[in-house]
Amino acid sequence: MVVVWKDLLVERRSKETLNALFFFGLLLLFVFQFALGPDRERLAGTLPGLLWLGFILSGLLGLGRTFVAERENDCWEGLLLAPGDKSAIYVGKLAGNLLLMLVIEAILLALFGFFFNLDLAGVLPGLAVVIALGTVALAAVGTLFAAMTAQVRARELLFPVLLLPVEAPVLLATVKATEAVLLGETLGSVAHWLKLLAAADVVYVAVGVLTFDFVLEA
Amino acid sequence: MKRLLGFLTVLGLAAGLGMGFGVAPREATQGNVQRIMYLHVPSVWVAYLAFVVVLVASIVYLARRSEAADRLAHASAEVGVLFTGLTIATGSIWGKPTWGTWWTWDARLTSVSILFVMYLGYLLLRGMIDDRERGARFAAVLGIVAAFNIPLVHFSVLWWRTLHQPPTLMAPGPAPVPGIIKAALYVNFVAFTLLYSYFLTRRVRVLRLEAEAEA
Repeated sequence: MVVVWKDLLVERRSKETLNALFFFGLLLLFVFQFALGPDRERLAGTLPGLLWLGFILSGLLGLGRTFVAERENDCWEGLLLAPGDKSAIYVGKLAGNLLLMLVIEAILLALFGFFFNLDLAGVLPGLAVVIALGTVALAAVGTLFAAMTAQVRARELLFPVLLLPVEAPVLLATVKATEAVLLGETLGSVAHWLKLLAAADVVYVAVGVLTFDFVLEA
Repeated sequence: MKRLLGFLTVLGLAAGLGMGFGVAPREATQGNVQRIMYLHVPSVWVAYLAFVVVLVASIVYLARRSEAADRLAHASAEVGVLFTGLTIATGSIWGKPTWGTWWTWDARLTSVSILFVMYLGYLLLRGMIDDRERGARFAAVLGIVAAFNIPLVHFSVLWWRTLHQPPTLMAPGPAPVPGIIKAALYVNFVAFTLLYSYFLTRRVRVLRLEAEAEA
């Protein structure tokens, strides 16, 4: 998995995306608070939605940059000419994105806990399951679409416009499941949502692996 | 052949209108508003049919690289978006007197509107790629992703809306529909399917001529 290694190395050396996304997450929290007012009670009800809004918005920025290095440094041909199965590139990019997003989400979650005075310790295992399942779905489609839009004009515009509708079911499922988990319910009570997310993960990753070949052609 | 299809479509639509307004009785509780169902339900059927055609044509395109399959997918997506829009519009018109609001996040309304934006994105992607061959490839991939997403959208939206409040207006299970209404509905199903195939063949033809003119 040379691709993962390369991308992670670049990211570790430059920390460019990570730093910017961290700052972006912090700003999002500020904006949410300013937009909704400081009333804790009211914010508490919208918290699962805000949390996922934060994940999705930072995901859009992070995922959209998946192939920036290749494009800007004219290495696109390098990817195309890489020997072996193209789907390996997809899996590598997906793994890199997944790791990046999980780190960002962990930071965002901690910030949410800090700003909204949440006690996350008790619900963390359940929350981690929901976030992991949702993030795979987000990153799987995001990586595929990022490759598609990388070579298109107005890509910054097209990427979210394509990704958001497709992710609608994932957003519904994760927000509902997060809400239940934050209220202290067991994972069993949201099993149907988790199954839906797992199904989405399987479908998206499978479609991504199978169609990535066609995206990277020529 | 094309003329025959057009002729049949007009005939079918006329028959559908006749059945919907003339033969079918006035619904007791909803009144005449219910008659919009004869447009609404066939529209959504055509929309789903169109998106399934997009899926099949996309897979065929990626496997065979036939430009005809690409044009079929493109045309079908356009017609599908049109009929999804029709479904939402007629549903809104029906919803205002029946539910008292133009829009509500009802389960079916929500899933149809998600489909609408998803395939609008598909058309947007097509419009933004200048290279014909690359556009066809990317659109095919998106057509496959979107089609596989339909069941996920369906179930997520169903659970999203029904877990908190049980549906009061649209109770699950087949509603008892009298035979004559059913018959009127079936006639409209046939008419709309004809209309879909007519639009599709015309649009495919225009796309082919465009490609020839460019070549």
